[in-house]
Amino acid sequence: MSKKKQKRLIMRVSILAVLLAAVSYTIYSSVTGDEKSLVRAGDQAPDFILEDLDGDTHQLSDYKGQGVFLNFWGTWCEPCKEEFPYMQKQYEVFKDQGVEVIAVNVGESEFKVSNFANQFGLTFPVVRDVNSDVMDAYSIGPLPTTLLVNPDGEIEKVITGEMSEEMIVSYMNMIKPESQESSE
Amino acid sequence: MSKLICKCGHVNPEGSELCQACGRTLTEKAAKRKTNDVMRYEGMARRSQTYHASVIDKVWNFFSSVKVGVWLIVITLVASAIGTIFPQEFFIPQNIPAIEYYEDRYGIAGKIYYVLGFHDLYGSWWYMLLVAAIGTSIIIASLDRGIPLYKALKKQRVERHDSFLKRQRIYSAYEAKGSLDTLNRLSEGLKKRRYKVRVENGSLLAEKNQFSRWGPYINHTGLIIFLIGAMLRFVPGMYVDEMLWIREGETQIIPGTDQEYLLKNEGFTLETYQEGDSEVFDETIQRTGAIAKNFQTDAILYKKDENAIAGSTDNITEVDHHAIQVNVPMKFDQFALYQTDYIEDELYKMSFTMDSKETGEPVGSFTVDLFDPNTSGVYELNDGYAVEISGYYPDFSGFDDGEPQSVSPLPNNPAFLFNMISPEHPDGEVAFVAIQQNLEPLGENDYEISFNGIETRDISGLTVRKDLTLWILALGGAIFMFGVIVGSYWNHRRIWIKTDADSHLYAAGHTNKNWYGLKKDIAPAFEYAGLDQPDDHQELKESKGNAKEEDESGTTREHK
Repeated sequence: MSKKKQKRLIMRVSILAVLLAAVSYTIYSSVTGDEKSLVRAGDQAPDFILEDLDGDTHQLSDYKGQGVFLNFWGTWCEPCKEEFPYMQKQYEVFKDQGVEVIAVNVGESEFKVSNFANQFGLTFPVVRDVNSDVMDAYSIGPLPTTLLVNPDGEIEKVITGEMSEEMIVSYMNMIKPESQESSE
Repeated sequence: MSKLICKCGHVNPEGSELCQACGRTLTEKAAKRKTNDVMRYEGMARRSQTYHASVIDKVWNFFSSVKVGVWLIVITLVASAIGTIFPQEFFIPQNIPAIEYYEDRYGIAGKIYYVLGFHDLYGSWWYMLLVAAIGTSIIIASLDRGIPLYKALKKQRVERHDSFLKRQRIYSAYEAKGSLDTLNRLSEGLKKRRYKVRVENGSLLAEKNQFSRWGPYINHTGLIIFLIGAMLRFVPGMYVDEMLWIREGETQIIPGTDQEYLLKNEGFTLETYQEGDSEVFDETIQRTGAIAKNFQTDAILYKKDENAIAGSTDNITEVDHHAIQVNVPMKFDQFALYQTDYIEDELYKMSFTMDSKETGEPVGSFTVDLFDPNTSGVYELNDGYAVEISGYYPDFSGFDDGEPQSVSPLPNNPAFLFNMISPEHPDGEVAFVAIQQNLEPLGENDYEISFNGIETRDISGLTVRKDLTLWILALGGAIFMFGVIVGSYWNHRRIWIKTDADSHLYAAGHTNKNWYGLKKDIAPAFEYAGLDQPDDHQELKESKGNAKEEDESGTTREHK
């Protein structure tokens, strides 16, 4: 009889466990629903290939071994405008230490983007995501959004919102390769 | 665990109300309960109701309770009702944060509504928890009742104790009728009515439509399958519901497809009924204006190579090419694109002329694509005239520190800073041109720019939908309906006959519903056996206090 009771207990525990697991999963995924598709720190950065203003293509995976400071922006976005001079300045400091900056415009006209790049004297690659392809792959929401990609191609951190110059410095330090034989 | 040992010697588990062998009532309490209640689960011990309980057992017993289940349903209904008091988040304006909207509009009540999650009821965790608790209750309560019921019905004995028969609603005792011949005739008569008849030791059990007892369990299974289907929507890849806004001429990645598919909008059409198209519409058109006839997006679907990298436009192949209309979606790879919305006449191109102020004559004209101005910004006109765009502000909002501002990349209110080059002014003259605004910030010019027309295009709103759970929901719904039918249109009917050595014959009948039907069903068999119809004790009880009614009905009830 106690054997029967034990069997019953096991049955009950397993049924309740299955139910609990199903419920927790459902509630967890609904609560985190909006963020679940967002690319997160620790993920492998989705590879992409985009053309810059000079017509040269840039593929993320080509920058393996280097840190990539990936910035999504638009010309109308005020905080984006604020952070570009800092990014340019720090790019000049860090590019010899193996950190590349890629600024992905969210699909505005070439005219607007190149005007902007000229106005700020940007020397890092500025690429345009015409079909919202890369935006979709990275599930970019509000602008600006910056992703720190480490030399292994992994996402180190996702930053939404404006960055100060100090923040940019510390972020670039985060993705700086340990020993940088390669510098472009 | 203690046992209940019946007078007949059968050992029953604690909690049993009727002996599973002979049918005697086992406890005082059971004897006092209504026969109908005791018979619902065949007098079996409901597994949850007894013995020392551990935490697991307590949780189990909580969910096993029908009372708890009913309360869960009531609470859920009340919550759902409250959720209809203010509009759901989905229906409120999207340009204001939800918290502000509810508070501004409905005051403190609105704030509470928002904080408690009523604004997005189906998405709030406690509502899901309630539905999950109902699901758990359905599963556990069904297991706790269904399994004992199954066992009880499976091992039914033909012979029951006199007291069991006596307690039934349909019951009569007949004197000097207890012969084998009567029993055979009853058996024959009941078999004609498609009863399954078993005869043992001068006792008879006739039964039909036992399966109808499984109706509630079948429809609970359907409900559970339905809930599983609803739950699967949260599993990535099972359910996609996205919106794709696409301008005429644009090619866009289709959201939710993992950048695998692109769509090109070749053109959007909104057709309306014209007067004379049909008599049916003429009157209405005169009264209310245009009536839509067709919403259509001519679309080309492209598929990217599976290994293609985001952003690359190589290896794109055309897969499908047809018009998406209301109710005519474009289907591909478990996805469907539905025409659900549109915005008409967004500014697309603007034409200007450069005019000489002196003569008032244009010296040339040009057209600017508001989404893609010439990359160089220069528009060459004839005879040494040219216009250069030095600044373009698609959504002009005013000046900040002398600098024109744009609040979005969309050409809602385009403004330009032009540099007009002419033979007289090879370095150009500067003009700021916006809608209904013409400024000359650097002094009086000899030339001016004037609007010369616009070109617009439409934006099509397509819903991207993928739902792999649909068939599960349909299956659950179908099983649910099947259970309802099984439980509603058939009744489980049983007749017990017992004869003893003194030639007594006892007849008892039970059904889970439709007693009238049962009585009608067995009447021919009793008649054939030469027996009076057995008594319906409930009917007797009801009519006892109402002699008049009995007179009218003319029923006779003596056959002892």
